[in-house]
Amino acid sequence: MSRRGLIKPGLIALALLAFVLFPFVFSNPTYTTIAVFTLIYMTSTTAWNGFAGYSGYIPLGHAAFFGTGAYTFAVIAQHDHLGAGYGMFGLIPLSGLVAGLVAIPVGLVALRTRRHTFVVITIAIFFLFQLVATNLGITGGSSGLQVASPTWPGATYNDPFYFVALGLLILAVAASWTIRRSRFGLQLLAIRDDEARARGLGVRVGRVKLTAFVISAIPIGMAGAVYAYFVGQVFPQFVFDPLFDLSIALMAFFGGLGTVWGPLLGGILLEPLQQYLTFSYSVGDLYLIIYGVIFLVVILLLPLGIVPSVSNLLTRRRSGRGRASPPGMAAIGGDGDARAGLVAQSGTTP
Amino acid sequence: MTALIEVEGVSKAFGGLQALNLCSLTVETGTVAGLIGPNGSGKTTLFNVMTGYERVRQGTVRFKGDSITNATPDRVFKLGIGRTFQLTRIFPRLTAMENMLIATQHREGWLGSVFRTAASLGPERDRAMELLQFVGIAALANQPAGILSYGQRKLLELAYVLVADPDVLLLDEPAGGVNPSLINHLAEKIRELNAQGKTFLVVEHNMEFVMGICDSLTVMNQGAAIVTGTPAEVQANPQVLDAYLGGADEEEGD
Repeated sequence: MSRRGLIKPGLIALALLAFVLFPFVFSNPTYTTIAVFTLIYMTSTTAWNGFAGYSGYIPLGHAAFFGTGAYTFAVIAQHDHLGAGYGMFGLIPLSGLVAGLVAIPVGLVALRTRRHTFVVITIAIFFLFQLVATNLGITGGSSGLQVASPTWPGATYNDPFYFVALGLLILAVAASWTIRRSRFGLQLLAIRDDEARARGLGVRVGRVKLTAFVISAIPIGMAGAVYAYFVGQVFPQFVFDPLFDLSIALMAFFGGLGTVWGPLLGGILLEPLQQYLTFSYSVGDLYLIIYGVIFLVVILLLPLGIVPSVSNLLTRRRSGRGRASPPGMAAIGGDGDARAGLVAQSGTTP
Repeated sequence: MTALIEVEGVSKAFGGLQALNLCSLTVETGTVAGLIGPNGSGKTTLFNVMTGYERVRQGTVRFKGDSITNATPDRVFKLGIGRTFQLTRIFPRLTAMENMLIATQHREGWLGSVFRTAASLGPERDRAMELLQFVGIAALANQPAGILSYGQRKLLELAYVLVADPDVLLLDEPAGGVNPSLINHLAEKIRELNAQGKTFLVVEHNMEFVMGICDSLTVMNQGAAIVTGTPAEVQANPQVLDAYLGGADEEEGD
């Protein structure tokens, strides 16, 4: 038991080491550029999953917070004629905060609805953001905003972005993990299973949902700010991008909605694929075809996503070997979807 | 004897269907009260009204003398009325233990819960385990509740309603679809809890079960409580026989 308990922290430490060493091993800017985008997306899908995966509400408008973060960064950078050095990264938390504040009224409105209506409302609100950004003076309208390029050396130009994005990802994962382990997370999961019953048992569902919604917007806003600085320009159609929402949703579904590690897996598999396709064939939308295929694969073959499916398989294997002792679900990562056990076990009578 | 719950003149219609028609009911403190009646007579609707799941325009519900008419389900629960459902409503993808912990959290602050890990809830966990042991499903504490059998789900639901230490428990068909030995187990637990001072209101079709545990019985028909008395009195009442044996046409003329 204790040896199995050590495997997971070991794997996490190894993965972390690999992430830290990556830009030193693959210093080619093409790779590090792909890596920065991958980290931005992994952060976003993890944060999104922290609300969607745990609560069961599927918002498809979080690009509104990505864009809010990006614009916050760009507007302040431009208006205040700030320098273009490392200090600019200080604007990232502020961008996240603004995105979080913006998420409060959005959540208050959207969370009055459920299920399909909720999905549609979040999409509609998202398009309002895009519309506003396209027409407002302060956002530069459809011609967007430019952000001054940083002054550090070109050879390792991507590295600061890489490490800031990595830090952001760690923050997002830590938040997701904390939520999953907390009583707050339990409340969210109860809402996912039976919201009315959870309310009847004293869970303040409105507050819990709104809090989770706002928490999920903050890292995404920060990711938007990193994007703005990294790319150097902010256009309404790119930072308020409906495909952003489809991508992060697909990543979470593919890896395992409602698990801590699933979205990370989804992000690290899909985003480099998208970047690779775009780089190799210079066709920006080619990945959409692949994404369509993956959506079908998830719906038809992997409805739970990779992580829960694999943990299911392991549970079945293990219980097949030693049928006498029912394996506790908590032993298998804990974040594996509890439905895993539905397949593996038949109830025992007391 | 004092009245713990008093329902007075409650009416509720769903479209043209009069589910409750000036229904009144009193549950005395410390008793096990039974609520019986033919299908569709309004028993579950009455439960829903009492626990805030349905709103009414007419009539009052009082708990310990204070009105709880149209209070929200969480407020009713917090005041001390626990309730189980005819079709059990557990959280299938959470473990049995996690199900128990959901019900304890109304005592807690809002942001506090974000940083409170589920694992750190020592006393709550112990209490939850005690209750799981009490109902006899402690061995399944770490299993997803979705794998529990129908009867086990009923026991889990009873256990997690008990976590909040309510004064009164409303049980909606606790014995429905449960095997006979489990029914006896359940009856025993209800008697034990009643001896500890808990009040019960039980909706049930299983007459043997009802007669065995209830101090008083109320019979409902067509949305109204028509008879209240001891089990023996109720059994002997001709109105009750009418209600059950199809005398409904006559009732309508009243």
